[in-house]
Amino acid sequence: MLNRTFLLLCVVALLASPARADDLDRLISLVKAVGPRGAGHAEATSAIAKLEQTPAGELVRILAAFDDATPLAANWLRGAFEAAAASALQSPQGLPLSDLEAFVADRTHSSIARRCAYEWLVQGDPTAPDRIIPGMLDDPSAEMRRDAVARLLTEAQQAEEAGQPMQALALYQQALTGASDGDQVETLAQALAKLEQPVDLVQHFAIVTEWQVIGPFDNHELVGFAAVYPPETEIKLDAEYEGTMGPMNWTRLAAEPQPAVTDVNEVGKFDLAKLTAPHKGAVSYATTEFISTQDQPVEFRIATPNAWKLWVNGELVFGQEEYHRGMMFDQYAARGTLKQGRNRILLKICQNEQTQDWAQEWAFQFRVCDLAGKGVVSADNPATAAK
Amino acid sequence: MRSTCLCLLGVLLFANGACGDWRQFRGDATSAVAPDTGLAGDLTQPSIQWSQELPGRGLSSPIVVGDQVIVTASSGYGQKRLHVLSFDAGDGTLQWDRQYWATGRTVCHPKSSVAAPTPASDGQRIFAFYSSNDLACLDLDGNLLWYRGLTYDYPNASNSLGMSSSLVTADGVVVAMVENDSDSFTIGLDVATGEDRWRIERPRAANWTSPALWSNGERTLVLLQSSKGVSAIDPQTGSTVWQYADGASTIPSLVAVEGLAFVPSHGLTAIRPGTTTPDVAEIVWQEGSLNPGTASPLVFDGSVFVLSNPNVLTRASAADGKTEWKQRLTGNFSGSPVIAGGVLYAFSEDGTGHVVDLAKEGEILGTIELGETVLSTPAVANGGLYIRSDGHLWKIAGK
Repeated sequence: MLNRTFLLLCVVALLASPARADDLDRLISLVKAVGPRGAGHAEATSAIAKLEQTPAGELVRILAAFDDATPLAANWLRGAFEAAAASALQSPQGLPLSDLEAFVADRTHSSIARRCAYEWLVQGDPTAPDRIIPGMLDDPSAEMRRDAVARLLTEAQQAEEAGQPMQALALYQQALTGASDGDQVETLAQALAKLEQPVDLVQHFAIVTEWQVIGPFDNHELVGFAAVYPPETEIKLDAEYEGTMGPMNWTRLAAEPQPAVTDVNEVGKFDLAKLTAPHKGAVSYATTEFISTQDQPVEFRIATPNAWKLWVNGELVFGQEEYHRGMMFDQYAARGTLKQGRNRILLKICQNEQTQDWAQEWAFQFRVCDLAGKGVVSADNPATAAK
Repeated sequence: MRSTCLCLLGVLLFANGACGDWRQFRGDATSAVAPDTGLAGDLTQPSIQWSQELPGRGLSSPIVVGDQVIVTASSGYGQKRLHVLSFDAGDGTLQWDRQYWATGRTVCHPKSSVAAPTPASDGQRIFAFYSSNDLACLDLDGNLLWYRGLTYDYPNASNSLGMSSSLVTADGVVVAMVENDSDSFTIGLDVATGEDRWRIERPRAANWTSPALWSNGERTLVLLQSSKGVSAIDPQTGSTVWQYADGASTIPSLVAVEGLAFVPSHGLTAIRPGTTTPDVAEIVWQEGSLNPGTASPLVFDGSVFVLSNPNVLTRASAADGKTEWKQRLTGNFSGSPVIAGGVLYAFSEDGTGHVVDLAKEGEILGTIELGETVLSTPAVANGGLYIRSDGHLWKIAGK
């Protein structure tokens, strides 16, 4: 009995021991191997239990592992990091503040890992924001930039209240250079409009407002979302196709310019129902060419109350069959890549047959941005021109 | 070590009688009725015992596990940061705050939030779920055990108005309804590993209701409500045991007590498995005048209680649906009422908490003003009531 108890205690002690430094890489690899639908959970769940005991001096190694982690694995790693960091915070040794600050400063690391490091740094050193945030206006991390913008916004509002409009104007304009979040840009645009310096939000967000359009094809009884109509197999802008209203051609259309609009939900909206006709049970396609200066990962951000599909260079990027659940700025974000040179973008926008007042909108708002939300314009700026 | 600790913890919790917990949306039995006595103190003067700031928004209810109050929140631009927080039930001290990044979509109606679904616990683990369909499993110390991204797994599983179905746990399985217009399903995950136990396709229609437990004393099933009706499923396999196919609401959720389910359908419909065709539900009664609004119905002491839009509370017989009395409250209600010690607690959107004496035809014993918008459902455990807004978590008891 004693032997069994001793053995059990030994096993427990072994399992409970903190991860050795030379073991960290293996444990991190096991956690990073988690995949969709529970893949790799058995190995990852035992690995994370040990990673959560990582000593303070090794914490940034977990953060560095975020760099090539999937979004799913990053959350597992964050779980391990936070548990270990919480222990370190309570220990006499405390958090490795200088390691964390150096990690935050290194822009080659994952944005989310740097932000995580920053937030724990602040727990250990409340003076860190004043030291770090002012230099983050051009940071790759949207969250770091957001804090820098918020700081300038506050200073600008204070300057305005103090009767210093020129100083306020300069601060608002400076803040705008780092702003990509819809709410902050909207606030800045409103403030600058009051100071008679309107912001071109279409340009700021890189919203595409001119398209070649063709439709309507059939979507009665919702047949259109899955149907493959000719634009999905060929883009010939001089072609003629048979639609539900007879023969039809590609037509160049532009969203109505709204220079005074600062509502991000409205700016650059391409209203198919107004620009063509309020068809019901209909599918229309919109296409444009986007010239990229380099091969680059981007996000295609779409707002629409209609079912939609997006192709880039003939490859389906994403689609969602959802009708009239609202239209909100950056409602959908689909990651893809642009190749250097000319890229063909094709959108399919489906309208159903609902008759309620709130189910009549047939519209979209489309932009291209980097992975942190900053607009990416076509090289032959203005980005809005259809080709 | 982890599993050993969990086993020991489970034994300790059992030994300490954790029956006073409130471990999931509308309590352990999903009935919204506290099994123990009600709130401590003089209920004519409900008062705030403590309050704590929350770091983000949320419609989810708090849950109570032992002396911990667990609540979720979502913060940052687009509510992309997901929080799980633990507070000391006694004095409200924040014990830990664990954060993750949403791997699914976080857009939602401005009135809703990403932390809309209520978390659940099996007494050893916490399961936190969000509108983005991220599902984190932690131990009671805040250590991550496993993490799933159900929209990461199934990219078309989302709703632009937001998702809000809460989790339920049964027989070692945590059940998540991910029901929407596109890739619509309900999934059962192994509580220990987070791996799929089963996944079933569900009606392709947006659905904000939450699963509820049903028991006839012999077996426990999970009831899934949708626009099509109700499916009673075996939590071990996901197979349908019986079904009601005459449609149901997609907002207020059903409640099941003693083998009878009260479903927001054609007003309110009481159903149970058929005696001759046990796979088809039989209707015990149907009452069109009992029309739940956003709040879900609940059953206590042989009566069913329905809060209609905007604010009429109706008590009706659970046996036949006949109205017994009505009481008008004040304000509009998004959260659902709960009952403890024969007293009903309901919080209106303007943050007014109503204390309603059910023995006295709905007499309002007292009110409490929280001064903030409240869209959530309270939890009741160990003599205290816990309620949250976008900004705060409160513990309330009688003075």
